[in-house]
Amino acid sequence: MSKALTPALAVTSRTTVRRRRDLPIAGEVLVREGDIVSGSQVVARAQLEGELRLVRVAELLGIPASDLPAALRVAEGAVVQEGSLLAEIRGLWGLFRSTVVSPIAGTIEFVSNATGHIGVRAPSAPLNLTAYIDGRVVGVEPNRSVIIEAESTFVQGIFGVGGERLGRLRMLPVSATTRLVEEYIPDRAEGEVLVGGHSPTGAALAKAAKAGAVGCITGSIDDRALREYVGHDIGVALTGDENVTMTLIITEGFGALPISERVLTTLGSINGEVVSINGATQVRAGAQRPEIIGPRYEAVKGQDMRERSLSVGARVRVIRVPYFGAVGVIEELPHELARIETGAIVRVLRAKLDDGRQVTVPRANVELV
Amino acid sequence: MKTNPNDLTTVLVTDCGSTTTKALLFERREDRWHQTFRGEAPTTVEEPTADVTIGAVNAFTEVQELSGRAIVKEGESPFVVTEGDPSQGIDLYLSTSSAGGGLQMLVAGVVRNITTESAERAALGAGAIVMESVSADDGREDYERIEKIRHIKPDIVLVTGGVDGGATSHVVEMAEILVAASPRPRFGDTLKLPVIYAGNAEAADEVTQILSKKAQVVVVPNVRPTLERENLGPAREAIHEFFLSHVMSHSPGYGKLMSWSPVAIMPTPAAVGDVVQMYAKQTGQNVLCVDIGGATTDVFSVFVDRAGTHAFNRTVSANLGMSYSVANVLVEAGVANIARWLPFELGETELRDRLRNKMIRPTSIPQTVEDLWLEQAVCREALRLSLDHHRSLAIGLEGKREKGIADVFKQSSERYELVDLMKLDVAIGSGGVLSHAPSRMQAALMLVEGFGLQGVTQLAVDSIFMMPHLGVLASVHPQAAQEVFENDCLIYLGTSVVPLYPAKRQVQGELATVFLNDSALGSVIAGAVMRLPTPCAGKATLRVVPSHSFVDVGGGPGKPVEREVILGECGVVCDGRNRPVVLPEPRAVAQRNVFSNLGLMSEEPDV
Repeated sequence: MSKALTPALAVTSRTTVRRRRDLPIAGEVLVREGDIVSGSQVVARAQLEGELRLVRVAELLGIPASDLPAALRVAEGAVVQEGSLLAEIRGLWGLFRSTVVSPIAGTIEFVSNATGHIGVRAPSAPLNLTAYIDGRVVGVEPNRSVIIEAESTFVQGIFGVGGERLGRLRMLPVSATTRLVEEYIPDRAEGEVLVGGHSPTGAALAKAAKAGAVGCITGSIDDRALREYVGHDIGVALTGDENVTMTLIITEGFGALPISERVLTTLGSINGEVVSINGATQVRAGAQRPEIIGPRYEAVKGQDMRERSLSVGARVRVIRVPYFGAVGVIEELPHELARIETGAIVRVLRAKLDDGRQVTVPRANVELV
Repeated sequence: MKTNPNDLTTVLVTDCGSTTTKALLFERREDRWHQTFRGEAPTTVEEPTADVTIGAVNAFTEVQELSGRAIVKEGESPFVVTEGDPSQGIDLYLSTSSAGGGLQMLVAGVVRNITTESAERAALGAGAIVMESVSADDGREDYERIEKIRHIKPDIVLVTGGVDGGATSHVVEMAEILVAASPRPRFGDTLKLPVIYAGNAEAADEVTQILSKKAQVVVVPNVRPTLERENLGPAREAIHEFFLSHVMSHSPGYGKLMSWSPVAIMPTPAAVGDVVQMYAKQTGQNVLCVDIGGATTDVFSVFVDRAGTHAFNRTVSANLGMSYSVANVLVEAGVANIARWLPFELGETELRDRLRNKMIRPTSIPQTVEDLWLEQAVCREALRLSLDHHRSLAIGLEGKREKGIADVFKQSSERYELVDLMKLDVAIGSGGVLSHAPSRMQAALMLVEGFGLQGVTQLAVDSIFMMPHLGVLASVHPQAAQEVFENDCLIYLGTSVVPLYPAKRQVQGELATVFLNDSALGSVIAGAVMRLPTPCAGKATLRVVPSHSFVDVGGGPGKPVEREVILGECGVVCDGRNRPVVLPEPRAVAQRNVFSNLGLMSEEPDV
């Protein structure tokens, strides 16, 4: 039988993190294997082809497409400036002149006598790819990609919005069980990644972004606040491209769940350090979870990052009602399948929750903490 | 390996899905072909393994362990091929695939409800997901279209436009827009993007000239040679060829997987579509089949059109699903539409947060009955929305003589919806939420309420989602596929009876009487949902007689309907609610009555 692994998000003060940085098209790699790089350093670059603007010349001049050659004042391959004359016609005795000019600077890529259109290609634009994390270059694929490796503090969230950012970590002076309202958000947070509490209000998130924070890491969020912050409903768990100035990462789930003590302790140990964060989440095959990558915390030995299996004595969190969010310890892993309230027959475990309740839950409904 | 049907006794088939690779063993026994053993393993198409064959071999190995039959060996081909001892080895290996997001396409046409729609039908029928469709009349500016196209990475682009002999300028313009956007292929960014041109034949040279700067262009006959006729076959074949040569061969490990079978790998939805068509053709029935997955919902239908031919259609609602996309059902349907199906009250915030938590932890399962009902309520809405989408694309075309440009504007009067629920014979549900519902009655009610079934309809579920496997098996051995489909794959739940009547009529009491093999079984009562028990298996004649001249049970107002049906454990589900269903307030109480009448409120758990 294939082995069922129980999901567990990584929370560790020291592990080896590798990140592959790929150019979207062939370009130039600027570093060599062995180089030490910083997260903000450009490690590769490429020239992205400029946009192609269609100019409906025949339509604008009011002539049939077949008359375009006579009106044309540029040739394919010509370099034009914004406002350069592309085509013109003159009326009776040359008195009435109609012209079409280029809307952008660029090169004439094509002239179509079938449609009467001209294509103007804007100049290419440079694309600079940064290292994203501080580390050492351990692999280079010429013209394509760079692999960077670092011994790091590494924390995964369960869901996030917003893409890659670098910022200085700032632990907010609030408890894990504090709801993040505006008054807990500092007035100035330029370039900072704020950490703490849970269920931020939309106003608190707006204030943090306005204060210049580049990231916010918190326990949970409710659906309404997320909608307010992003500006629309998120339907599919595929995020990272949202148009937000501050990346948001939640570590526990939706609702009102305090940020876990492990996350607080781990991130607290690198308070004030620069971290790399990414809210991109993809919850399906090849799953990607949001992440916080910072310098390793020297006092902690390397931790085992391999996926773990359920075992008696392991601490777990229940991720489904009726015990959603509760944390406890596994007491028994019965071999036999059991029929649960829904009528489904599934594998279960028995756990003692921190509040003293002894419960039976499907094994699919816990994650290791 | 053998491919002659007469030589086959053991066939191993995999479906490499995005998450799981499922291997099924099919064996010929004395009486018929059977599906005998099943193994599954996580699909390994993504990093860090990035080789689909690893997951496939894991699934083969599980089948080997369960069956005791030697299947896997070391070497170039991983299979033990049967020689002599028929209890060891396999005769043939086949596979379907939807891993890595399946086959993703962009389609472009000139007129939205003519050529673009035909292009969509061609792409969907070939098993693709249509990521975006653009038309010259879609109301967008050039830069908007270019921006939209630029950011997607399709596997294949299908360009259509114009009837043969018509104007060429608009379709040439679409080609220009495509070049301007210059989309890059998903795989192999050093390769040119595969583009199939299936538009006005007279524009083919010009379109090819424009596109060949950026793409590898193949020209096939027009998908819409005339306004009143579609010709989707050549475009679909070209899609399949590109699927194998450009998509499959560049996906991690597929080169090896393809070398293991003498038969081409099929896109999973194309295989399911083939089975649905085979079943509809052999039974002469109108069939509606849904596969509701974690991320997407596929709907397949075969209805007899006005010309008397079986018209097949497939649509995929790419972001309606029960796990990754569950929150998108919430977004598209709205809280009120989901909550209306619940037999209990649930606050909006709680409902939203529960579904969002399911989205981010998609492998969790409902533990409480209320949580189960919430998922099943989401399923009803996913079915409703995906059927709406399907109806909008499953369009029949009426033949007519004129071909003038004015006909373009008359076109709407010449199109008709193929899906007519009153004429539907069988509704088949597939996907975990339906196939593995703890009670079969729950699955039946999801189909009845989600699809809003009408008239007399048989209900069935796919036992373990083996339709993809049977689709590719049918390409080699149709009879084996048919036998397994009817005996091992389909589980008949029963029959639903839903009489309709004009909304202005205030009806109380009996709407229709149901007879089974000429014996009165019971009545359908206005506003009520009830179950009429029948034997759980076997065939019978079901006769439904309307009680009023204005009540329609599928044969027209006041006319009885008689059908040969296969019985199931749900018996006859009588739904006396007119369509569309408007639940009386308080809705939770009304729905509780429905659940109670169908015996859904009394499950007793062990734990």
